[in-house]
Amino acid sequence: MPAVDPILVVENIVKRFETQDGVLVAVDDVSFNVMPGEFLSVIGPSGCGKSTLFNVMGGLLGGYEGRISVGGETVRGPHASIGMIFQEESTFPWRTVIDNVAFPLEIAGMAKVERTEKARHFIDLVGLNGFERRYPSELSGGMRQRVSMARTLASEPKILLMDEPFAALDEQTRLLLGDKVLQIQQDLKQTTLLITHNLTEAVQLSDRILVMTYRPGKTKRIVEIALPRPRNSEIVSSDDFGRYVAQIWSDLREEASKGLKDDEARRVRSGGAGAS
Amino acid sequence: MSARGAIQREGIPFVFGILCLLAVITVIEMLIRWGMINPFIVPKPTDIVMSFERIILEENILPRFMMTFGEALMASLMLSVVGISLGVLLHRNTTVRLATQNWVAAIASAPLVLMYPLFLVIFGRSAWTIIMIAFVSALPPVILKTLEGLAGTRAVLINVGRSFKLTPSQLYWKILFPAALPNIFVGVRLGMIFALINIVGVEFLINFGGLGQLVNELAERYDLPGTYAAICFVILVSVVFFIGTERIERWLRPGT
Repeated sequence: MPAVDPILVVENIVKRFETQDGVLVAVDDVSFNVMPGEFLSVIGPSGCGKSTLFNVMGGLLGGYEGRISVGGETVRGPHASIGMIFQEESTFPWRTVIDNVAFPLEIAGMAKVERTEKARHFIDLVGLNGFERRYPSELSGGMRQRVSMARTLASEPKILLMDEPFAALDEQTRLLLGDKVLQIQQDLKQTTLLITHNLTEAVQLSDRILVMTYRPGKTKRIVEIALPRPRNSEIVSSDDFGRYVAQIWSDLREEASKGLKDDEARRVRSGGAGAS
Repeated sequence: MSARGAIQREGIPFVFGILCLLAVITVIEMLIRWGMINPFIVPKPTDIVMSFERIILEENILPRFMMTFGEALMASLMLSVVGISLGVLLHRNTTVRLATQNWVAAIASAPLVLMYPLFLVIFGRSAWTIIMIAFVSALPPVILKTLEGLAGTRAVLINVGRSFKLTPSQLYWKILFPAALPNIFVGVRLGMIFALINIVGVEFLINFGGLGQLVNELAERYDLPGTYAAICFVILVSVVFFIGTERIERWLRPGT
């Protein structure tokens, strides 16, 4: 049986930013592969460079060292094979649900009848049938994120890249939307890369979890999640789930503490500067 | 249920607004009748209403209304096309923006109407003098609000467009422009207010025609109810424009 090549290869990514305090290394020599159909989460404390990595992989941020390739093709700027779902609410408020979802198809020049039919399929997939003619202002935050997801899925990307898409939602909605993501990922065999700081979300959804260090963001460890599939949110009550959460938290705790101390020190410095 | 909801959402506030207006008019009427407001300064609302028939029949109101309306329409069309285009230019070209933004803001507060003799020299005693003064005076808010709307487009929406590999032109037409429309329409409405004030003011000053000239003539005759009735027609022009722009905005950007 031939070995399967990784669909996404991230090699030695280094990203620096010029700041007032000097050069900040946001991401430092991060490398990993993602196999077709795999669900990989990148987890780390706030400020570890997760979102920078997301923007680099999505082609929205240039000026980095290293190489990213999709199916052997080097990524230089936004790539048709990578679909992005953002942390912030990103639906177009002037478009109905169906027009939002059909947006990438419209850009691709697909005929209206065809794109409407296809958009309906993806609306159905995220469980929003009946809301096709509604505007985002008429939907809840969770429903809007599902619209964003359907819109990205409609472009049929090889890799789905998500940056904390449920960060603004409450825990119950987050768990239920996690079920929806699992179901979609299993139905479409969608290769997915999730950026998150939420432990339970990462363990619930992932095949592997890449734990990042606090600034500069490096790979601390990659954890295989050997929980059975298909999964749903009921998995959170299992002993194995708890063990994985505890294991990753022990890795993450030290990094999160560094982040907290660093944040406190920065606040003290800025407070002192303000007082002087 | 939805019809009932629509009545609650739109019908009740509309009726409440009308009732408030009637209440204010009634209070003014009573204050004048009780001698608390001098009727030689503010005529009774009932006298103003009574004078409408006279104004319509004797003062040739329809052609005057149409003249002011036409001038306002022309100025509005010009300032929408030119103002929005200049706003886009300032947004796209940082050097031009940095070089001119403060000047545009300064012009917004300048009383350009006082330059009407210059416009008279350039355009003659014609409707074009009135239109051009209104156009130039009303241009800054349209430019500035267009710029504000485009610059204020949420970064995540632009990133969505970039992730779908939109061309710069598609990014403008599919994302930036619709996102900026509420601000652009605020600018256009502000511009229309500026334009109408200038139109009526210059009609008043150069005695060329339109509702401004009528207000001037009636004031000269000390026909106060007639003057206020003529002002009501000026307000009517403004109301027509506001309703028009609101409809256009809803058509161009539904869902908000």
